[in-house]
Order: sequence, then C-alpha cells, then structure tokens
Amino acid sequence: MKLDAKIPEGPLAEKWDNHRFNLKLVNPANKKKFKIIVVGTGLAGASAAATLAELGYHVDNFCIQDSPRRAHSIAAQGGINAAKNYANDGDSVWRLFYDTVKGGDFRAREANVYRLAQLSCDIIDHCVAQGIPFARDYGGFLDNRSFGGAQVSRTFYAKGQTGQQLLLGAYSSLMRQVSTGMVKLFPRREMMDLVMVDGKARGIVVRNLITGETETYDAHAVVIATGGYGNVFNLSTNAMASNVTAAFRAYKKGAFFANPCFTQIHPTCIPVHGTFQSKLTLMSESLRNDGRVWVPKKPGDKRRPMDIPESEQDYYLENKYPSFGNLVPRDVASRNAKEQCDLGKGVGETGLAVYLDFADAIKRDGEDVIAGKYGNLFEMYEKITGENPYKTPMMIYPAVHYTMGGLWVDYNLMSTIPGLFVLGEANFSDHGANRLGASALMQGLADGYFVIPYTIGGYLAETTFSEVQASNSPEFKKCVDDIQNKIEKLLSIKGEKTVAEFHRELGLILWEHCGMSRNEEGLLKARTMIQKLRSEFWENVNVPGIGMDLNQSLENAGRVADFLEFGELMINDALARKESCGCHFNTAFQTDENEARRDDDNYCHVAAWEYTGDEQSPNFHKESLSFENVELSQRSYK
Amino acid sequence: MISKTLNLTLKVWRQKCGEKKGRLETYQAKNISVDMSFLEMLDVVNEDLTKNRKEPIAFDHDCREGICGMCGAVVNGRAHGQEKETTLCQLHMRHFSDGDTIVIEPWRSRAFPLVKDLIVDRSAFDEIIASGGYISVKTGGAPDANALPIAREVAETSFKAAACIGCGACVAACPNASAMLFVSAKISQLALLPQGKAEAAKRAQAMVRQMDECGFGNCSNETECEMECPKGISIVEIARMNREFLKAEFS
Repeated sequence: MKLDAKIPEGPLAEKWDNHRFNLKLVNPANKKKFKIIVVGTGLAGASAAATLAELGYHVDNFCIQDSPRRAHSIAAQGGINAAKNYANDGDSVWRLFYDTVKGGDFRAREANVYRLAQLSCDIIDHCVAQGIPFARDYGGFLDNRSFGGAQVSRTFYAKGQTGQQLLLGAYSSLMRQVSTGMVKLFPRREMMDLVMVDGKARGIVVRNLITGETETYDAHAVVIATGGYGNVFNLSTNAMASNVTAAFRAYKKGAFFANPCFTQIHPTCIPVHGTFQSKLTLMSESLRNDGRVWVPKKPGDKRRPMDIPESEQDYYLENKYPSFGNLVPRDVASRNAKEQCDLGKGVGETGLAVYLDFADAIKRDGEDVIAGKYGNLFEMYEKITGENPYKTPMMIYPAVHYTMGGLWVDYNLMSTIPGLFVLGEANFSDHGANRLGASALMQGLADGYFVIPYTIGGYLAETTFSEVQASNSPEFKKCVDDIQNKIEKLLSIKGEKTVAEFHRELGLILWEHCGMSRNEEGLLKARTMIQKLRSEFWENVNVPGIGMDLNQSLENAGRVADFLEFGELMINDALARKESCGCHFNTAFQTDENEARRDDDNYCHVAAWEYTGDEQSPNFHKESLSFENVELSQRSYK
Repeated sequence: MISKTLNLTLKVWRQKCGEKKGRLETYQAKNISVDMSFLEMLDVVNEDLTKNRKEPIAFDHDCREGICGMCGAVVNGRAHGQEKETTLCQLHMRHFSDGDTIVIEPWRSRAFPLVKDLIVDRSAFDEIIASGGYISVKTGGAPDANALPIAREVAETSFKAAACIGCGACVAACPNASAMLFVSAKISQLALLPQGKAEAAKRAQAMVRQMDECGFGNCSNETECEMECPKGISIVEIARMNREFLKAEFS
C-alpha cells in the first residue's frame, strides 16, 4: 500500500483554501442522516463533537472519565500560540509555520503545519467569543508572552491554567449541543475496539466502566481523539487514565502507526521522589522565561544552593546557547539536563535534578510581579515538594510529557482506514520530531474546530454506506466476543504480580533505553526485556475482582497489556530510524557539539507501521517528506 | 524533626455497586513516605490488598495535579482533607503524623448518588452546565479577538470564578448539600464578560432551576463551601449569582 498524504495542489498559502473549496459538501438537510462517533472529550474531541453537532450531524461522544470536563487537556499550563502579531514583534503565519517545522527538526509535513499556523488566529477569536478569560493588559487587550523555543511573543495564556480554560470552553460548547440533543454523551466508557464493516470504520465497542458491560455503537464515521501514549513509560506528566488502547486497537484493525518513537521529554518537571510515585508533575516551561537553569560547577557539590557562590554556579544553557539561553527547545533543554546529571553535577537527594532559579528575576522585578506571572505554579511546587521557590531555587528534571507519534493520517486527518479520523495528540501530523511549547493546544483545537468539520464532510459526501446496525451485525458480535475472551483471560490468570508492578518495570526499561537518548545495543536489549515481560504478564498477573463490576484493576490491566505490545513497536521504530532528529537522539548520530545529526538523504520521512499479527514484526511503510518552502538546516540555538 | 515514613490506620468507606448500605473498614498503611500524595498512599494500600487477594478500594482520580477535579473524598470530616485550597491528589502525607487514624469517606449528597466505595456520580454538574453554562456561539465567524477590549480587572475577576474545577467539594462540605458555589462560579464568569451579557438573565434562571431539579439543597450562608474549595472560589460569586437571578426574575 502506498501512503498518499493527499496534500492539495497549489502554493503553500493557498492549499487549505483550495482544498476547502474542492471538498464535497453534505447538503444541510442530509447532515442529520449521518451519525459520527467521537472518542475523547479533550480539546480535539470536545471541539470536534461540538462543531460537528453545530453543523447538524448526530454525534455520539465517549469519554473515559466521569465527565467530559476531566480530559487531560485540562492540565496544560502555559499557553496557546497564534500568529496574531498583536505584539508587533515580527510574527506572521509564515514565521509560526517556519518555527514549527524547524522546531520539529524537519520531520513534519509542510502543508499540515502551514494550515495549523493559518488556523491559529481563528482559534483565539473563537475562544474569546466563548468567554475564555485570557490574560489582558491594562488597556483591556489580550496579553502575549514568549514561550520555549520562540523569539516572538505569540503565546496567549490564562495564568498557568490555559488548558483548563480552553477545555472548559470546548466543554461548554459541547454541553450546549448535549442540551439540544445533537450530542449524546457517554461518560465512563472505554473504547475497546474499532468495528469495521466492508473495509470502513463503522463503529466501536466500549466497556461501560460502571457496570462492566460491553456496549456497541454504530456510525458512519469514527473520530479518535484519545490523546497520547506517554504513560507507556509509567511515569509521565499524563493523567493516570491516559493510555494507548483506543489508538492501538485501531492499529490492530489496520490503521498505520506513525513515528511511535517520537516522545517528548519535557525539561521542567518536578523530580521523582520514590518508588511509589504515581505520576510526574510538569512545571510550565514559561518559567524558563524568568528562571535561570544552573548546576554546581563542581561534580558532587552537595552544598545547599544558597551556599554556592555565583562563581561556582554553572549556567550551562546560557553559556552553551548564548542567543536562546534558557529558552532552547524542549529536547535540547532536556538532553542538556541529563548530560549535566550524568557528569555528576545533578542536585537534590537523588542527583537527578537541576536548579531553576528565580532569585535574579525577583531582584529585578520584585516578588509581586513574579507572583503575578507564576503564582499558581510556585504554589503547586511548594505543595508537592514542601519548599518555597521564592526563597530557594526550584529543582527540576525532565519527564515524559507528550507524544508526537500517533496514528498516521492524511491531510484530511483520515487514517489508513476509510472513515477513521484521528485528531489531536492521538495523530502524528504536525509536530515532527519535537513539539514546541504552546502548540499542542493549538493543534488539538485546530483539528477539532476547523479541520475535521470540513474534511469529514468530504468523506461522507462521496462515500456510499451500507446499512449497519450494531445490534445485529456479525462484525460487532465478533469484536464483543474477542473483548470478553480477553477480559476473562486477564481475570483467570490470578498470578502473583500486580498490574502496577508490570507497568513500573516496563516504564523503567523504556526510560532507560528508549528515552532521552538511545543506541542500538540498548534498544535491542530492551526489546528482549519487553518480550519477556509481556509473556510473564500473561502468565503471572494478578487482577482481582470480576468483569461485570466497576473494576479499576481490570481497566489498568487492559491498558498495560496494550502498552506491553506498544512498547515494542516504539523500539522497532527507534531502531529503524538510524539518525538523530529532535527528540530521537541516537548517540551514534551526533554532531561534534553533541547535537542531533539528521540524515536527510535517508530519513527525511514519516515511518508508518502496519500491524501484521500478534508476535509478528510489523511492516514498514514510508511517507517521504518534501520541503519546498523551507530549507532543511541544522537546528542551531546558539 | 518529622520522621521520613509514617504508619497509619485508615478507616475507609466500602460499599459495593448497587449495595444499599456501606461500612467503614479498617486498614493499616505502613511505611508511607512523607513525600507521597494522599492518593499514592491509597495506591500503596491497594497494592497490599491486591497482593492479599482482596479487592482494592475504588476511588476516582486522574490528573493527580489538582486541576481535573476528578478526585475527592472527605478526610477526617473535611472535603479534600485539612489543607487549604488543596485537592486530595495534592494533599501530601507530610501533613500527617505517625500513628494517625484517618477516616476516609465519599462525598455525601442526594444529588451525588454513590457508585462504589469512594466514587460518586456527579453527572448533575454536567446537567447544570448543559442547562445554560455557556455562551451560545457557533464555531466560525467570531470577530477578531482584540475587537472587544475587556478591562483587566474584569477579566481577572471573571478568571477567579472560571478557576472552578467542578470537583464537588462545595457540595460535600455544605450541610445542605448546596451546589451554589459551583453554579455561581459559572454564572459569574460569564455574566462579568461582555460576551456573556446577552444571555446572562436566561442563563441564571436556567441554571438555578436545573440546580434545584437535580436535588441540591439551598444556601444558608454557612460558608463551608468557600472554606473547602480547592481553587479558592469565594462566596462573593454566590452573591453575584443571586443578583443575576433576581435581576432576571424581576425584569
């Protein structure tokens, strides 16, 4: 199968407009004859469900939590980019496009990224109209700040709660459609499988997390907006329920998985405290605007930070990257923190942390100004660590945060399965090998509010559908049987090890060998370890309780079972990409200055993996990336 | 000097799905690091229960960073525990002492039916938002975001109300199980902003009506909600809601 990204013809700046005109429309009176399933209620899912319902489609919207408002988009702190150029500092759609392509280390599609930059402005307009209380200046106009990796101020924000405010905005639009009856909401449902009829996505099977029953739903198209798979590492900044299951089941039904090894390790998280740590907490990288990152110059220096004179403090980012300083992109900042700790210069009890110091900023601007910008982040830090960052430097360390990889989609956001669309973090499309700060919210909302409403119409208008009813279709029945068998199997093992223990082991293997830096030897070793762990899981996992009940252990077991397979796919992908780019840093491929060395002749492509069967190697497919508008360059932040 | 680990006795509400009555059961939480969060402490207890072939305690949680609003339990009689402006997931064990007994119960309100153990059904909150907690704007066609300047103080006051995470602690804390803090936060956020004024009257009436239909109690100025709100939402919002509601009723 040849991957066709369906990128429209014409000059970059006109592609989307041309495409929108060329897409077939669904007659307004016919829209109500179509039903669309949207899985997920984060920024991408809620915005898609609300907008599709506004257009007149019937939408069934599913989420894993008790309410759509809980989706993990809510935790995004820093902000959302838009090329409004309100700051008059030289921003433009072109610059946002260029920064995003460059930030992604030239492993994203030009056309998709350009469309994203174009739509960024519409998002802000819409969100303000929804009543989202963005930060404003004294004139009452919207305030902007600059954000990790950007030299212009294009980030709109609502204190450190931008994700919360944007999500509650999308949620409010969604609930408005629930009240009109156009959206039916199904909370506490976990997608267990995608159902295909005649080669098209025609429905899903979910587990009702309260009753334990498997339920079936049919539709004309299925939209997956289930977020990223960072929890494959066990410890990440993702919410506890974030998982790969929906995307992975779609992969097993024939949707290709693109660039699974592209996982973003965020530089500013609160360091790990112990074995029973359940998750990691991000501190918004906006903190790097005013905080200065340093470690002691002398390895093994265990003095308290205030006892180390400035001459013995090493501001390694400022020294190494004079023009970007503390604002280098996330992958660069993370790798450098790890490098300092590997040199023995790490701080804190574990030696796995660096300082993020606000003393100079407080001296310069006063505590009030700093509190106004970061007050809630400082409070959060103090709550978790018991230390006051106004008085003593914060300690930070990188943690898994975002996954650029995801299900492969074309320009219409449709996967390799006809009728299966994938939005937001769950797809792979816009961030290449590294995502810049404040662009995840932008992508999720662009996909949901402004892309899918057009592209799904094009699909529905030109497709002939057979009659499908979940209640009497053999395809649905087979999926339900498979799921019930799997659940019974998990419950019947009654082994010795808990699900959490398996998850912890898997996470450590991946963090060590498929994390901030990788090499072939480590990856091969990790692959064998994961295979072993997976077979042990199916012989020795202990899942208490029964299937027909609210059973959180069983929920976790299903998710970890998929992670145990998915982890191997990540490793295969990392092994196949014999270059370094963005977050994928293979130690065998680096420049003399220890930066990622790309191989554009051989790896300027998207790697898309096709499932071939359990315990079988997946097939590799390649979507070559061509850069017609930007010149491929070595990223330099010096 | 605080010890680095704690041994605690827990009394936890256990109630199966569909069971009419629940009971407090006693568990020992051993070697709990003071750096753990309250939910991580429960994870340890659950691991222990699982190892001993018993059913772990069911509790809601997700982001574990105090923003999603999914977690919550009444700890020693206080919604989300004793720390001010803190969700249960952000309550850390350094606030407890070795040998403490901790009583853990679910939110209690007729409008939040119990599902299992510490999990309750808060879909009434979604119903209230669906009744009017939005600005009726369709995607597309919004004017330029800077076309409508909003005074900074107004935006900030609105933001304070918008910080609500919908966890339900206000209801759990109120002797009347009133949801007024939750409802007023949304009504205030939108009524303060020029974009939200067009529907302000309709919104206030619809949301208050839905709140009553869901079975929440009335406000009798106990101010317990404000005390327990993890996001520091003030009862000033309730006053503002009452004004909005009265204005709507008499116009």
